[in-house]
Amino acid sequence: MSVTTAPAPATAKASALRRMVLTEFKLYLRERIGPVWGVGFPLLLLVIFGSIPSFRRPSADLGGLTELDVYVPVLVAFVVTMLSLVSLPIVLAGYRERGILRRLRTTPVGPGRVLIAQLCVSLGTVVVTVAVLLAVARLGYGVALPKQFGGFVVATLLAVAALMAVGLFVAALAPTGKAAQAIGTLLFFPMMFFAGLWLPIAQMPRVLQHISHAAPLGAAVQALQDSAQGHWPHPLQLGTMAAYAVVFGLAAAKLFRWE
Amino acid sequence: MPPVIEVRNLHKRYGDTVAVDDVSFAVQEGEIFGILGPNGAGKTTTVECIEGLRNRDRGEISVLGLDPQRDRAELTQRVGVQLQDSQLPDRLRVAEALELYSSFYRDPTDWRALMDTLGLADKADTRFGKLSGGQKQRLSIALALVGGPRVAVLDELTTGLDPQARRDTWALIEDVRSRGVTIVLVTHFMEEAERLCDRLALIDAGRVVTVDSPAALAERAQVQQRIQFRPSAPVDDRLLADLPDVTEVTHRGDLVLITGNSNALGAVTSLLARRGVVAQQLRVEQASLEDAFVELTAKHSDSKN
Repeated sequence: MSVTTAPAPATAKASALRRMVLTEFKLYLRERIGPVWGVGFPLLLLVIFGSIPSFRRPSADLGGLTELDVYVPVLVAFVVTMLSLVSLPIVLAGYRERGILRRLRTTPVGPGRVLIAQLCVSLGTVVVTVAVLLAVARLGYGVALPKQFGGFVVATLLAVAALMAVGLFVAALAPTGKAAQAIGTLLFFPMMFFAGLWLPIAQMPRVLQHISHAAPLGAAVQALQDSAQGHWPHPLQLGTMAAYAVVFGLAAAKLFRWE
Repeated sequence: MPPVIEVRNLHKRYGDTVAVDDVSFAVQEGEIFGILGPNGAGKTTTVECIEGLRNRDRGEISVLGLDPQRDRAELTQRVGVQLQDSQLPDRLRVAEALELYSSFYRDPTDWRALMDTLGLADKADTRFGKLSGGQKQRLSIALALVGGPRVAVLDELTTGLDPQARRDTWALIEDVRSRGVTIVLVTHFMEEAERLCDRLALIDAGRVVTVDSPAALAERAQVQQRIQFRPSAPVDDRLLADLPDVTEVTHRGDLVLITGNSNALGAVTSLLARRGVVAQQLRVEQASLEDAFVELTAKHSDSKN
């Protein structure tokens, strides 16, 4: 097999990107951090929570919702955070550490494309995982699909944008893959706390609620819960996520080094 | 024919540190051109400026008529690069890496044929992390060639390889050159430079000390001969030391070690013959590129101080 005809540069670049996305996706599955912690673990949590009978009973404290109704958006936030904030920077900082980005700089496609490929892989995995999560919750445990579906999609995508921006910021700062893993994991727990993983936001003391509203995941979970219940997410929450995306995205773009 | 690569008065500094002070040389089409020098001499920075990875502070560089800074996009199509200490993801397989990299280029070589040539065919499905040092190096060379470049820049090609893998790699490089690829080889191994390079630029402290063929460089260095042997009967040191061509006589166990100029061997053997002494286990070390290297770089530092 030998392709000797020179395709137009645009086609060649498109095929390089396609090949890169495919390759990065294969590597992503082989590295297992994303599939295990970003996909498997939240699904396992859903199954565990869903198997507790009291989680499926409507509660007056939650305004007639079940615990599970409240937790599904939290798990969506879990997926987004694990894939964008933890798994993505580990790969990128590791690639820089190992000279892979530098090597790509000497090729016609450059290292920017591997970044795009990584974002595609992360986003694709988020979308598929969230879809599976919603389907399992609906079919297995009777959790209604988001009633304001468009709002739910917008909230999810904005959450991905905000968390990826923070993830890229971490990748820009971390000197090694291991350092990125440490920073990402360290950020993960407080972020998930303010997302209401351990204590629903509505039941937090007022001070923590305020912090939660300003935190990227707190805003994300609020927006996801609202749209799940049929309301268009509040502009303040969408705006908070957009602001995180822009500020950290710009900072990452400024600080990120290929080598 | 204009040179394939021309570097004129290249200067590059990092902050207060001058990495490359003033480097000039020209590489002709089809040759293996070595850049030799001690660690920290500025070899890697020089080739990084040629590859377009770093921007020079002063001087001119032309590669295939292109300016590495201005025409980077085109340069990357035509120049294959092997970087020092650059790796691949551990779980990427050999065939996947080659297929991926070949998709980057306008007119790539057949990566399967390349995989065969480099002896990696039976490793096609092996992950990068599981390859031996020599196999990783061969893959790295394959990736430098997969775009069908006219020039390949190879940095510290055989560092960390065992002697057999090193020799295999050298044979490979000669094969690549025979296919018409001009090669720039950065190394600090004398043996490698001596074996492979048509011409060498000897770089020290950011400057070119000299550019010449390995043999001419070795010859230019007026290096002394070192002779060692085990005499069949005791010989008075003074007799040996009095020979005009001998500068020093020492002992190690029952071995006699003699240094002297290029006539010393003849003088010593005829003295021994006259006295009926046989020189057993006779060994003579000739001036090598390594001696030339040490002498030329030392001279260079002297003239600077």
